[in-house]
Amino acid sequence: MRPTLLIARRELSAYLRSWTGYIVIALAWFADGLFFNAFVLGGAEKRSAEVLSNFFYLSFGMTVIASIFISMRLLAEERQQGTINLLFSSPVRDTDIVLGKFLAALAFLGIMVVGTLYMPLMIFVHGKVSWGHIAGGYFGLMLVGAATLAIGTLGSALARNQVLAVILTAAMVLSMLVAWMLGRVTDRPLSEIFMALALFNQHFIPFQSGLVHLRDVVYYLAVTYVFLFLATRVVEARRWR
Amino acid sequence: MIEVDGLTKYYGSHAAVRDLKFRIDRGEVIGFLGLNGAGKSTTLRILGCVLLPTAGRVTIDGFDVVRDPHEIRKRIGFLPDRPPLYDEMTVEAYLSFVAELRGVDRSQVKKRVADAAEKTGCTEVLRDVISSLSHGYRQRVGLAQSIVHNPALLILDEPTSGLDPVQIVEMRELIRNLRGDHTILLSSHNLPEISQTCDRLLVINKGEITGQGTEAELADKFGGSAPTIEIEIIGASRPNTDAALAALRGVSGVKSATVARESGGQALLAVSAPLELRPALVRALVAANVDVLRLDRSEARLETTFLKLTQGKESN
Repeated sequence: MRPTLLIARRELSAYLRSWTGYIVIALAWFADGLFFNAFVLGGAEKRSAEVLSNFFYLSFGMTVIASIFISMRLLAEERQQGTINLLFSSPVRDTDIVLGKFLAALAFLGIMVVGTLYMPLMIFVHGKVSWGHIAGGYFGLMLVGAATLAIGTLGSALARNQVLAVILTAAMVLSMLVAWMLGRVTDRPLSEIFMALALFNQHFIPFQSGLVHLRDVVYYLAVTYVFLFLATRVVEARRWR
Repeated sequence: MIEVDGLTKYYGSHAAVRDLKFRIDRGEVIGFLGLNGAGKSTTLRILGCVLLPTAGRVTIDGFDVVRDPHEIRKRIGFLPDRPPLYDEMTVEAYLSFVAELRGVDRSQVKKRVADAAEKTGCTEVLRDVISSLSHGYRQRVGLAQSIVHNPALLILDEPTSGLDPVQIVEMRELIRNLRGDHTILLSSHNLPEISQTCDRLLVINKGEITGQGTEAELADKFGGSAPTIEIEIIGASRPNTDAALAALRGVSGVKSATVARESGGQALLAVSAPLELRPALVRALVAANVDVLRLDRSEARLETTFLKLTQGKESN
């Protein structure tokens, strides 16, 4: 576990020292705040729980987009800079490398997501929502973030540079987001498979209302596991080329 | 320490190295010589457990690079052709990270970092951010990361590449000072430079070993009739080349001695003789009243040797 945490610590400090990290966070907060003000607080009168649900709906998009950009550097940059040779020649397993990188990205995403907490807290000024609703929603956001970061880790492992990593990750994430559309135009059992695979739709909507279903938690954790597993295999394969 | 037998590496259908076979004993300083694209980096990356071989057997300290890479990685320090540096870190933080990554006990990290920095002349830049370092210092930090965990084997891929002449001399000194503490395997495409640092050379061409031995052995085998020694002499009005040539030819073991160039009061003599005869040649010239300015190994012979080695296979 020690090499994993060492790699994660270094990676996180690299995020905190780079402009890219701060730009991603700033843009995400700015957009989240703007949309919160325009679409969530504005318009017709709503119940507090509805406002919070809309906030999580918006934050889902922000979290996914930010995760794509946060994960682009993970392995692609190591290859670009040649620093992957340091990790490859050190007594660490490929799993340590992938997991360490992923955990750092997740921690960074955590900082970003926690930074939006002031928005749901503002609801308390004129309304009332349960802390459970807030906690459930944020738990969902972190799960979505973890899954997207894992997809991004695979994209970054496959790509030669960070731009390609973003394109590849965005393509994979988009495919998983629109899987429900395929579900609507296909017959069973295909339609059910596509529906179950979709990144948003049936798995995130309960979190928006603060509902935590084991089925949805397992889904996001499974996506995270599968993509991290694939990323590890890609890193291992790099040793043959 | 290192045993390589039948090492082959293919990239697609292209063989980067083919059926390499060599052995390196503990404490040796070995130079891996070849032109760009000859297969040096591929071989070193396999020895550094960065890359896996297509075929063949490579063992380091009895451990196999395919079966026990983890054990090997604990015993090696690897400096790739491009130092693997994280630009945003300070030198101290970077070296501490590498030390911990390579399994140095946390209580020992500070001491090891200080030692490695001292050995490589990086102490004064320990607090500097890596992105602000000059190329020479980046290379030094790269060397420091490879020794910070005190490995038994050091693998250095073109450690002097991109350095200016002063930095090359400094880097050569640094590597020489590491002799004794580690077995060292370093690569270069520059024969004179590598031969001054290493005990023995392995020459690789188009993925195959074309020669191995000391510089003198290689020169004897591949240098052909090219002169081995250059001597520069001087005279009051013109150098006494006749007396000098007669004196040199009188030394037993000298195959030939000719005037390569003469201008002004100076002349350059080209001598074909074993390198060990150099002191005897100086004594003979002094006895014949010839003023010697310089005596050195012949650059022409080194060039001939290198060209033969990198353009053709070992004949026997």
